[in-house]
Amino acid sequence: MNSLYYQKKLSRNVGDKFFTSLSVFCAFIAILPLIFVVTYILIKGGAQINSDLFTLEPNPPGDDLDAGGINPALIGTLIITTIASIIAIPVGVGGGIYLAEYSKGGPFSKFIRFGVNVLAGVPSIIAGVFIYALIVSTKILFGSMYSGLAGGMALSILMLPTVIKTTDEGLKLVPNELRYASLGIGASMYTTILKITLPSAFRSIATGVVLGIARAAGETAPLIFTALFSYYYIVGFEDLFYEMGSLAVLIYNFALEPYDAQNKLAWAASFILVISILSVNIFSRILAAFTVKTKRV
Amino acid sequence: MEEKLILFKNRKRFGIEKNIDIIFKNTTLVLSSLVAVVLFGIILVVFIQSFESFSRYGLNFLVTSEWNPVKDEYGAFTAIYGTLVTSLLSLLITIPLGVGTAIFITEDFVPKFVREIVGSFVELLAAIPSVVLGLWAIFVMEPFFRDFFAFLHNFFGWIPLFSSEPAGRNSLLAIIILVVMLLPIVTSIARDSLNQVPKKLRNAAYGIGASRWKTIFSVILPAALSGIMAGVLLALGRAMGETMAVTMIIGNSNAFSWSLLSPGYTISSMLANQFGEADGSQVSSLFYAAFVLMILSLVVNIFAQWLVKKFSLKY
Repeated sequence: MNSLYYQKKLSRNVGDKFFTSLSVFCAFIAILPLIFVVTYILIKGGAQINSDLFTLEPNPPGDDLDAGGINPALIGTLIITTIASIIAIPVGVGGGIYLAEYSKGGPFSKFIRFGVNVLAGVPSIIAGVFIYALIVSTKILFGSMYSGLAGGMALSILMLPTVIKTTDEGLKLVPNELRYASLGIGASMYTTILKITLPSAFRSIATGVVLGIARAAGETAPLIFTALFSYYYIVGFEDLFYEMGSLAVLIYNFALEPYDAQNKLAWAASFILVISILSVNIFSRILAAFTVKTKRV
Repeated sequence: MEEKLILFKNRKRFGIEKNIDIIFKNTTLVLSSLVAVVLFGIILVVFIQSFESFSRYGLNFLVTSEWNPVKDEYGAFTAIYGTLVTSLLSLLITIPLGVGTAIFITEDFVPKFVREIVGSFVELLAAIPSVVLGLWAIFVMEPFFRDFFAFLHNFFGWIPLFSSEPAGRNSLLAIIILVVMLLPIVTSIARDSLNQVPKKLRNAAYGIGASRWKTIFSVILPAALSGIMAGVLLALGRAMGETMAVTMIIGNSNAFSWSLLSPGYTISSMLANQFGEADGSQVSSLFYAAFVLMILSLVVNIFAQWLVKKFSLKY
C-alpha cells in the first residue's frame, strides 16, 4: 500500500534529487561568467566615459598622465566593418540565393554547403594569415602594406559563411506557394526571387546579417597583422590604404600595456564595443520573439 | 497572322527576360562558388607559404620545441602541445557543465521564463568578443584565481600538472577562459538536440516506471548523443583556433613544461604574437604552424559534419 506514495528515501528519488541539484548548479555556474563580465565592463568601462573619449586620439603609451581618447579606433572599427559588409553581404546573399532557389540538392550545392560549414570553422586568425600572404606581404593594393582595406577583407572572410547560411535558411522558410503563385502568373525566376521570396525572407536574413556584422566588429585576430593599429585621426579617403586602428585591436594592445591610463582606455573601448554588440543581440532577440508571436495568430 | 505576331512579340520579350534570368542565375552561381574558391585559396596560400619551412624541417617541426630566430631553428612542439592540451582539457570541463545546463533548460525543474533567461544569458555570452574576455581575464579573473592556484601548487604539487610555481599568466587560466567561450556552443547545441528528442520516448520511459533521471540517462541523452557529439567537436575546433583571449592570458612562452601553472603557448597565440615582427624563414615557419592549425581544425570540423550526417536523428 505504501508503495503508491512518494517515498523520499528511495534510492531512485534520492538520485533524482542529487542530479537535479547538479543540473541546477551547472546552470548557475553557466550564467556567472556573463554576469561578471558585463558587470565589470559596466563599472570599469562606464567610469571612463566622457566626451574627450570620443573626440581625442589615443596618446602613445608611456605618458601615464593622460591616455587621450579612442576616436580613430571607433571610426576605424566602423570603416573596417563597413568594408567587410560591402564585400560579404552581396557575395553571401547571392550565394545563398543560388543554394536555396536554384540548386536542386545536387552534388554541387551539397559541396558548397559543406564548404560554408568548413569555412565557418576556419580559425579567425587563419583568415588574417591568408590576407597577410595575399595582400599585405605582396603590396598588391597600390603598394600599401598594412591597411584598413586589408583588414576589412580579412573580416569579410569571417562574415561570408554567416551571411550565406542565414540567406539560405531564410529563403528555405519561405513557403513554396508564394513561388508557385508568382511563377504561375508569368513572372520569371529572377523577378520572383527579387520581388517575392527575398522580401518575404528579408527580416530573418537582415537579423542574421546584422548579428554577423556585430560579431565581426569584435573580431581581433584577423586585424592584428592586416589592419595593424594607428594612433592618428582618420581624415580622408587615402587613409584606407594605411594602418588603421580598431576598438578590438586597441583593447588588445592597451590591455597588455603596463600603464594604468592605457588599461583604462581598453576598458572604455570594451564598454562601447560590448554595449553595442549586446544591444544589437538583445534587440534582434526581441524582434525574433515578436515575429514568432505574430505568426502564430 | 495578327495573332501570331503578338505571340512572336511576347516570345521576344520573354527572350530578353530569359537572358536576364540566365545572367542572374549564373551570377549567383559564381558568388556561391566563391566560397569554395576562398576555402581552397586559404589552404593553397598557407601551404605554399609554408613550403620553404616544410622542406627544410619536414615532420621534425612537429616534434621539436626549439624556436630560435637567431639560429634559424624552428619547431612548434610546444605550441602544438599547448593547443591540444588547452582545448582538450577545457572541453573536458565544458562538456558536463554545458550538457548539465542544457538539461536544466530543457527539463521543467523551474518555470519556463527562468529557463529562457538562463538560456539567453548563456547565448549572449557567445556574443562577447574574445578580446574583451581576455581583458577581463587579465584584470579580474587572474587575481581572483591567484590564491587558488597557490593552493593547487602547495597541495597537489606532486602531480606534474601542478608542479611549477603559479605564474601570473599560465595555461590553466587559458583553459578557464576557454571554458567560458566554449560553454555557449556546447550548451546551445546540446539544448537543440535534446529538444529534438520526440516526446513519445520520454512518455514511454515514464510509462514503464523510469524516474526522471533514469529517463534522461537511458533514453534522452543516448537519443541526443550524435547532436551533442557534433556540438562538442565544433567546440573543439573553436577552442583550437581561439586566439585573442588565450594569447592575452597564456603567458606566451615557448619553454616546454608539463605544468599547467607555468606559461604556455598555442599555435594561434604564437601567430598572433610573432607574425607582425617576423621576417625571413621565421615567416615561413609561422605559416607552417598555421597550416598545422588549419589541418587540425579542418579535420575536427569535417568529422563533426560527417557525424551529424551519419547519426542525425531519424524519428
